[in-house]
This record gives sequence, C-alpha cells and structure tokens, in this order.
Amino acid sequence: MNVHAQPAEPAFAAPHGQERKSLLRFIACGSVDHGKSTLIGRLLYDSKQVFDDQLDALVADSRKFGTQGDALDFSLLLDGLAAEREQNITIDVAYRFFSTARRKFIVIDAPGHEEYTANMATGASVADLALVLVAVEEGLTRQTKRHLVILSMLGVRHVVLAVNKMDRVGWSRDAFGAVEIAFRELAADLGFIDIVCIPVAAKSGDNVTSRSEHLPWYGGPSLLDYLETVEPSETANLDPLRMPIQWVNRPDPDFRGYSGLITSGEVRVGMPVKVLPAGGVTRIARIVTFDGDLGHAAAGRSVTLTFTDPVDATRGDIVAAVERAPAVAERVRARIFWMKDRPLERGQTYLFKLATSTATARVEAGLSMIDLDTRRAVEAVSIGPNEVGNCTLSFDRAITLDRYEGCRDTGSFILIDPETFDTVAMGCVEEIAPLQSRSRLAKWLPKRTGAVRGKLTRWTETHARSFVKAVSWRATGSLDTFVVTFVISGSTKLAGSVALTEILTKILIYYGHERIWALVPWGKRQAAP
Amino acid sequence: MDAVSETIDRDDNLAVHSGVGDAAAPSHLDHLEAESIHIIREAVAESDNPVLLYSIGKDSSVLLHLVRKAFYPAKPPLPLLHVDTTWKFREMIAFRDARAKQLGLELIVHVNRDGLERGIDPIASGSSLHTDVMKTQALRQALDRHRFDAALGGARRDEEKSRAKERVFSLRSANHAWDPKRQRPEPWRIYNGRKRPGESIRVFPLSNWTELDVWLYIHRERIPVVPLYFAAPRPVVVRDGALIMVDDERLPLASGERPQIRMVRFRTLGCYPLTGAIESTACTVAEIIQETLESRHSERRGRVIDHDGATSMERKKQEGYF
Ligand SMILES: Nc1nc2c(ncn2[C@@H]2O[C@H](COP(=O)(O)OP(=O)(O)O)[C@@H](O)[C@H]2O)c(=O)[nH]1
Repeated sequence: MNVHAQPAEPAFAAPHGQERKSLLRFIACGSVDHGKSTLIGRLLYDSKQVFDDQLDALVADSRKFGTQGDALDFSLLLDGLAAEREQNITIDVAYRFFSTARRKFIVIDAPGHEEYTANMATGASVADLALVLVAVEEGLTRQTKRHLVILSMLGVRHVVLAVNKMDRVGWSRDAFGAVEIAFRELAADLGFIDIVCIPVAAKSGDNVTSRSEHLPWYGGPSLLDYLETVEPSETANLDPLRMPIQWVNRPDPDFRGYSGLITSGEVRVGMPVKVLPAGGVTRIARIVTFDGDLGHAAAGRSVTLTFTDPVDATRGDIVAAVERAPAVAERVRARIFWMKDRPLERGQTYLFKLATSTATARVEAGLSMIDLDTRRAVEAVSIGPNEVGNCTLSFDRAITLDRYEGCRDTGSFILIDPETFDTVAMGCVEEIAPLQSRSRLAKWLPKRTGAVRGKLTRWTETHARSFVKAVSWRATGSLDTFVVTFVISGSTKLAGSVALTEILTKILIYYGHERIWALVPWGKRQAAP
Repeated sequence: MDAVSETIDRDDNLAVHSGVGDAAAPSHLDHLEAESIHIIREAVAESDNPVLLYSIGKDSSVLLHLVRKAFYPAKPPLPLLHVDTTWKFREMIAFRDARAKQLGLELIVHVNRDGLERGIDPIASGSSLHTDVMKTQALRQALDRHRFDAALGGARRDEEKSRAKERVFSLRSANHAWDPKRQRPEPWRIYNGRKRPGESIRVFPLSNWTELDVWLYIHRERIPVVPLYFAAPRPVVVRDGALIMVDDERLPLASGERPQIRMVRFRTLGCYPLTGAIESTACTVAEIIQETLESRHSERRGRVIDHDGATSMERKKQEGYF
C-alpha cells in the first residue's frame, strides 16, 4: 500500500466552522490484542491526523518493530513509552485527538491489561461514551466484564461495542450475533441507556470510517458515522447549581470574588444561592469574567462570582442552589475502585479529596466487593487492587457533597495515601448519613449524652433573641413590681423609681443568665420531626 | 475565498466572544478554555510557590492569556520564569520583555552561568549537550534557587508520542526526575497536588489542546505572538535539509556558504540554530490556520532535538527536560 497516496475520506476535508465544533470525549477499551491500537490508529490515519514525518517514522518502525510484515502497523502510531515498545503492549492511558467536519474527538486510549485497569477507570471518569472492543473469535473476556462494571459505576451511559477482526470469521453474521447477544446480556442490569453494536475489521478499515461492502447484512452506521452523530449530552440546565470554590479573588479591599468552575446547573445575576457548609444564603451580585460581566453562566464555565452580602466562604466550599442544596455530612457510603497493591481495610485513614475540599477519612466497618460474574456485592474484609467495592467513610469534619448520581463533580472523590501522597482510590458517593449534632459543649460531655445526637438538629439561641426575651420579660416584671410597690407603699413616686432601676439592672442579669443556659445542652430535647 | 478564511472573517465581525452572547452553545474552544482555567486555579491554590514557565512561544502566549483570565480582576499571583539559553531569536527576547512590561508582571530570567562559562553552545557542543546544560539543568537550577514547588508549562499531549501519556499534574522527584510509575491517576477533574518535601509538580493546563486549537484560540482572542510565526523574508542557510535562520553573527558559516533571503516562518520557536523554518506565505493568523489544516508535517519536525531516536523525548523527560 502506498501510504502517501491514500485519499482522505471526504468527511474530513471540509474545514468549515473549525471554531464551532462540538466535542466528544470517548474512552476506547478492550482486552489486549483485540485490536484497539489498530482501530484508533485507523481513525487517526483516515482523519489526516498523521503527518508525513510521522508516517515516514511509521514506515521505518513497522519494519523494525511491527508485527505486520511489510504492511503498516497502525498500532505503532500510538505506543509511546519505550517500555511499551519492548513488551509490545500499551501501558498507560493516552490521549489522542482527531476531528472531522462535524466534531472534535478526544480519544482516551486505555490499556487492556488487568494491572492497568486504574488507567482505564481514570479515563472512563471523564468520558461521554465508551467504545468497547471485542475480537469476534475471542469473545467477551473477564476484562470486558471488569470494564463494564467500572463503566457502570462511573455512570457512562452510552456504550458502543465494536466487534473486531470480522475478516477472520469470513464476515459471518452469526459470529457477530453471538458476541452481540452475550454482550447485551452482560450489560443488561448495569444501567446503560444506549448500547450499539458494530461489526468492524480495524486492520483493513472495514466499517471504521465508512460502510463496508463485506458486511451487506449490516444495516447500521459505520463506527465513525455513529461517533459523529451520537448525542450524549445531558439536560445540564435543569440540574441544581454547584460551583466548588477554587480561589478567593481579592485584588483590593473593595472586591471579593469567588472563582470556580460551574460543575452543574446554571447561575444568574440576582439568583439566591447558599454557600456550604456554613449555609449562608445570599444573592449573586455579579458574574465576572475577563471578557466582561455575564448575565448568566451555565455548567462548564469558569467564572468569578460576587455576592450581595458578606457570607462565610472560602476554597473548598460549594456555592449551590438554595433549593436542592448538597448535603453536609460526616459519614458516607461510597462505591470505590481500588488502585494500589496494599488493599483497603477497615480502620485505615486516608486523605479524602472531593471537588476542591480535602478532609481525613476513616474506613468504617462494612466492606463489600463486587463479584464480576454475578455483578452483586458480597461481604469482604478488604478491597484489593483493581476491585470495585463499597465502603463507609467517616470524616474528621463536615464535608459538603452530593450523591454521584445526582451531581457527578460534587459526588466523586479520590483517596490519597497520607504518607506517600499517592492516589489510591477513586470513589462515588452513594448514600449520605444525616449530619450528627455537635454543640461546642457536647464535644467534652460524656459520651452517653450523645445517644440521641445522631438525630438531633442543632438549635441554639441567637443573641438578639435572648435580648428581646430579656426586654419583654422585664417589661412584664417591672409592671408587676410597680403595682406591688404602689399597693404596699401607696407612693407612685417610690413605685416608679424602684421599677425603673430594676428594669435596667435586671435586663442585664436576665440576658447573662439566658446566655449561660444556652451553653448547657442538659434537659433539651428536640420534638420528633 | 476559501472556506477557512470565510469562517474566520465572519467571526472577526463578532463583537463578543463566543459564550458571552448568551444563546451560543459552547464550542470546543470554550470547553478547553474553561478546563484550562480550572487547572490553573487548582495548581496555584494547591501550591506554596508557583511559577509560570514562559518560553515565549505560541503555547506560552496562550497559557499566559489563560492565567490572566483565571485570576481576573486580580493580577496573576505568580511570576513568569524564562530559562534563557542565550541563543533564542532576538525577536523572542524583545517580545518577552515588552509583554512582561505591558502586563506589569514579574519576569525572572535565568541563565545557566556555569554552562556559559564552560562555553556550551548549540553548534560546537551539539544540540543534545546544549539542551541538557542550558535548558534542562538550567530549569532545575532556577526552580531550586527560587524554591518553586509548582511550575505551569504550555506542553500539549498532541506534540509527541511520549507526551500523549503525560498527566496534567506531573510529579517530579526532588532531583526533578519524572518516574512514569509514580504518576498519579487523574479521574474526573480532581487533581492531587500533594507532594513530599523537595518534590515538585509540573502542571500542563494545555494538555488537551492541539496545535490547531492553539491557533484558533489565538485568532479568537487576538493574542499577540512573536512575529517570527508569520512569514517574512528572512536570511537562512540550509543545513541537513533544515532552513536555519541567521539571526546573528554567532552562526558560523561554511566557506562559500551565503545566507539567502527566503519567505519563511516558524511553527515552533527555540534556540535559533536548532530551529528549522518552513517556507510559507502565511502572514496572518487565518492563513496560518489554513496552512495548519493542510499541513502534512507535524510541528516538531523543525526541532532538531527530537530526531535523536524514537524514544529520545521520553529519555529527556525522565531527566527533567520539560
Ligand atoms: N485479522 C485481523 N487482525 C487484526 C485486526 N485488527 C487488529 N488485528 C491484529 O491484532 C493484533 C493486535 O492488535 P493491536 O491493535 O495491537 O491490539 P491491542 O492490544 O488491542 O491494541 C495485531 O497483530 C493486529 O494486526 C482485524 O481487523 N483483522
């Protein structure tokens, strides 16, 4: 084949609207040797993303390292690290870029080997769609199952199954059908909303960028056609506002802005918002950007907000819609993917990073692991490398968060080893325990008073309320003093002056007395909700 | 008029940036911009003493622009660092100084004095020794001297195969080495900026940009770039098939060798004796975009250092070259 003469597909030729294309991030995953590198190499090559000098290098490399004799080995376009070359496998996740007239694509090229599943999971966390590659003769592997469980945990909802190496089975419809049925069965209870199966031959390019004549029985789109037209976007604007604060912007004493990326919903000038965990409610005064103020901004934008009132807000806090605000919690149940050799066990502590906040988390009792064959959770004493499981985490302080299902960015976290600072796990919040009450005094009161703490909400008196109570009590009391003194002494003058002096002194005494009682939790109980 | 300049000219008439006009759906450039600003803020918030590695090229220009956006209305809370090999194009240095002054930013220029005294130069010492001493080692010196614990740079994943696997937050050991095994997974948008004493982090906010994205963004945002990117008649000599510009009298000419004036421009900028020009007539950003779309050569081809072997870039990275 003369590589230089290959004409480009017409789809790639038109440079219209370069600045206005949509973006699709998809993860490509498959077991080793099922042909993933070849398939991606094809997509890049056919979309003219491969330059002449890289092609020259490819021709030379194909002779030296290739497994294809004299033909081009497209997978060599991709493998980067020297170690990978030697072992002939893709180790790390790699990012590839190509674009067509309609779309810009970011391909997250995930390694197939089990020991590198962490890279696959990382890539899947940011993917709009997953391309799962299965060689038709080999069929589904244990690694395919693992990949599907992880894709499901991370909420990837669109899956394309490319059944590869169709040339090896004489383009057989039945062989394709068998893989498709097995795959649909496996994926059935994993919550995908859309599964598309496409027969391909990556090496020869059949059904990759255009429909193949070898597959007349197949009526669907080619792989690229599908990738160009699928609409994985969610109804982002209906989601509640979330903006984790990254940075407090204070160029001068008159300006105090809060910078962050809007991860969910949208924000408008004048809109009431809540800043958590403190819970202060205020309104949006301005939405500031370098290019001028905005009237509103939606998820995916980086902005700087100012508020109409001074509220307690700092890095790590979350600016949220007042309705449907995130939870503030000290304990969660989470699904995690474990990435380190040393397993996760009860009693260990890790740094917990969610959005822009970090806390210390302790692993509580109640670990379980997902069985790959049944896809059910079974009780476990530890969660090992590349396993998916559930655990309960308790934090050293209250953290603002969501359930992953509701808001991805504020419901996902990583665990960091407190000594090596390695990232050891990624996780999704599944259940949130209600916040425990903890008045300042309760911390050093004996534990038994904490028996009902779990359900207690914190009710404390404000200073204003104590003072108004003091005045109203004094007014009533002093009227009484006036009447009593008058009845006994018969002197309005004496009764008046006694009552007046008393008003002043006793207001202060009452106020002090109230405040002291406000600190004592003894004898307080909250009515059942 | 061809399709690209049509798109671009139409765009030129837009008074506002896309996304500011409320109706427009965000384009891929808006996504990339928001993502990069998020990364920049995370990097600065999670480090004690961050620095912006400013190499004066187009990627650095885009990065600087994004850094200004990230902290607006405040000034960027980090200085610029330029590692000067003393062999940069003169126009680069002039542009660097003018830009820092215009924006009122602190600029630190570091030169490896020790290397200068040893007489290391790109021609006599060879490109790889020169790059190692005047760039890689010099960068380490500068980071150590100022105790920078986070360095933001404009590298992109599409530049070279080994960079395709680079993290956004890339951990470097106390001696600045890059260990592929210690690189951390980066799920979602959560970056782990923790480091042990002595370790540092290189941060690449432009990881997901391509060369074309960079030019489209420069066009959209009207970002100033060094004039060397635009075609002009320049004195060049041909060396090993590369067009080398004679930027000053230090470039030794073989007997009988005479600089010829050709219409050329540069796709990347570095040390002038090591940077090949391409023949081009592209004098505007729109024409460069057109040329990039049609190009059949990757931008790194002009760089002499990449041709030392298939894995040379990766080796350099392990040694601490950016
Ligand atoms: N017959 C046939 N072989 C293929 C096809 N696609 C890939 N291969 C071969 O399968 C082997 C593994 O491919 P590669 O892309 O390296 O697999 P990866 O490990 O999944 O990235 C190589 O020898 C390829 O040439 C195909 O469509 N048909």
